[in-house]
Amino acid sequence: MAQSNKPIVWGPFAAGGTLTAFLTPALVLLTLLAALGHAPDLLAYERLHAFAGHWLAKLALAGTVFLTLWSTAHRLRITCYDLGVRADTLVATLVYAAALAGTAASVLYLARI
Amino acid sequence: MSRKPYVRAETIRWVFRHPRYLRYMAREFSCFFIGAYGLLMVWGLKQLSEGPAAWGSFLECLQSPASIVFHVLTLGFALYHSITWFNLTPKALPVQLGEEFVPDGAISGAHYAVWAALSLAVLFFAGAF
Repeated sequence: MAQSNKPIVWGPFAAGGTLTAFLTPALVLLTLLAALGHAPDLLAYERLHAFAGHWLAKLALAGTVFLTLWSTAHRLRITCYDLGVRADTLVATLVYAAALAGTAASVLYLARI
Repeated sequence: MSRKPYVRAETIRWVFRHPRYLRYMAREFSCFFIGAYGLLMVWGLKQLSEGPAAWGSFLECLQSPASIVFHVLTLGFALYHSITWFNLTPKALPVQLGEEFVPDGAISGAHYAVWAALSLAVLFFAGAF
């Protein structure tokens, strides 16, 4: 049987695309409000720290970061190819590694909260 | 081995040959903004883990003009990603009931409804209104 790693990279891409489609506009709206000086209550330090202190919220935040970065990495890889960059293996290694590094960093920060 | 595959030199020019290609590229470019927002979340978690002062300086950085421009652009691209993603759902998730397929509009419409409800729930939970 032919071996392919396509499902492994494509699965989180599809999941991330779906998650960002549902969630990212609302999240951006929250930080946009903060950017305009009307930070919503959740973004106050005590509330957000307490929220992120719960293990379920930690899991959700880490999952959101991972799926966001991974689906971005996959799209970035395809876009590089579309724009004429033919070194696909190098590009794929770089973008997926960056997504995993970002996820690892956020797991580390969440563990300290 | 005398295999000499023809590698066609391709550049960015193809994007401008048809409006459809341009719309495709706009969708793909949304990943720059959504990805940058993902990195912003990682940075926010770092600042949150370092205490109230670090978090305060993060909120201050958010209020810079560059951040406001970034947020407006990201909101636009994120909405474009959501719309293109949900418009594709009838192709990705066709639902058959008996002999008939559920109409495309019902499938994407259901996604739009869940999107609206979920966004309102997030904004409400965060105390945005």
